Amino acid sequence: MFISEEKLQEEVTHLSDFIGNTPLFPLNNILQKERVKLYAKLEWQQFGGSVKARPAFNIIKNAIKNGELDKEKTLLDASSGNTAIAYATIGASLNIPVTICLPSNASKERKMLLKALGAEIIYTSEFGSTDEAQNVAMGLYRSDPGKFFYADQYNNPNNWKAHYYGTAEEIITQTKGEITHFITGLGTTGSFSGTGKRLKEYNSAIELIALQPDSALHLMEGWKHLETAKVPGIYHDKLPDRYEEIDSYEALEMIRLCAAKEGLILSPSSAANLSGALKLADEIDEGVIVTLFPDSSDKYSEIINGLFLS
Amino acid sequence: MAKLIIPTPLRKFTENQSSIETSEGTVEQAIKGLANNFPELQKHLFDADGNIRSFVRIYVGEDDIKALDNQNTKLDSSSIVSIIPAIAGGIN
Repeated sequence: MFISEEKLQEEVTHLSDFIGNTPLFPLNNILQKERVKLYAKLEWQQFGGSVKARPAFNIIKNAIKNGELDKEKTLLDASSGNTAIAYATIGASLNIPVTICLPSNASKERKMLLKALGAEIIYTSEFGSTDEAQNVAMGLYRSDPGKFFYADQYNNPNNWKAHYYGTAEEIITQTKGEITHFITGLGTTGSFSGTGKRLKEYNSAIELIALQPDSALHLMEGWKHLETAKVPGIYHDKLPDRYEEIDSYEALEMIRLCAAKEGLILSPSSAANLSGALKLADEIDEGVIVTLFPDSSDKYSEIINGLFLS
Repeated sequence: MAKLIIPTPLRKFTENQSSIETSEGTVEQAIKGLANNFPELQKHLFDADGNIRSFVRIYVGEDDIKALDNQNTKLDSSSIVSIIPAIAGGIN
């Protein structure tokens, strides 16, 4: 079925109403410190189901606008899960085919969701993480550049710009400009880089804290241990005021705590952000801390079962 | 000798070797021997109590050691031991 470029642009505009603008949730039960406030953006509450809806949509929107992507081409990228699901969700809505290079040790739910949304999955080595999946995607693109639009989330500036123009502006508005600290984990680094860059421009006194796993082998889906991983091209290592490390076991305990105290059942990466934010809250006497909760526990049944049922 | 397959993120600590041969008799002995030979692996493989981190998946052949005899799973000269990074769950 032929659909005009104008019609496709209309469909993209329609979808934009459902991307971003996530609630800023006050964590008043888990942190009770008179002059320190802690908030988290509930990023799963948007079309695409996670924080990755923002970069996925922005990459697709700009590729369509620039003529790099249409319904005759296939969107191709490497992902450990959430970006893949966001691409597949948006792709299904716009009738754009999606091919994902996915490490084969991704969770069962991720594979199931991608299949349900009609994405083609190319499994890559369980030993190689998304670093190897990126190499496979690049190879596939080079073998047939006419067939694919290679979205390349790790190097595409429309990744961090989604957060620069979206997430950061929302945080400034929602905190009435009172944010003093922004803290979140590093994966593609788009959310940290884009949000952090805009917040620093707004108020250079806002402190930016980057979190990473304490080990190459960890539970925070999407996070990168920069010492042992391929550093994304969009990352600026001078942006963080400081780095902190999170142990996977801390994150698991934080899933329990947040479920009990706030009624939010978090993913490991959201819980790791919360762990970092609470340690920061202990260190300061006053301030407004904002973090991101990239996704909920919905796609982590194995971990949640292990925590609560066994 | 049995063979240990090293995942890409850890190869930095094994002089870029993708596999290491071992003559140890069990999974636990093999993994501890690996960490002794390459001490920087210690923090990535073991928790503070010296146990293999619970979310590090170890397979012998196609089988998760949790379905075998866990860390006491025996190895022979044909065994291939894989250390799998958990992205968010295991191989399904």
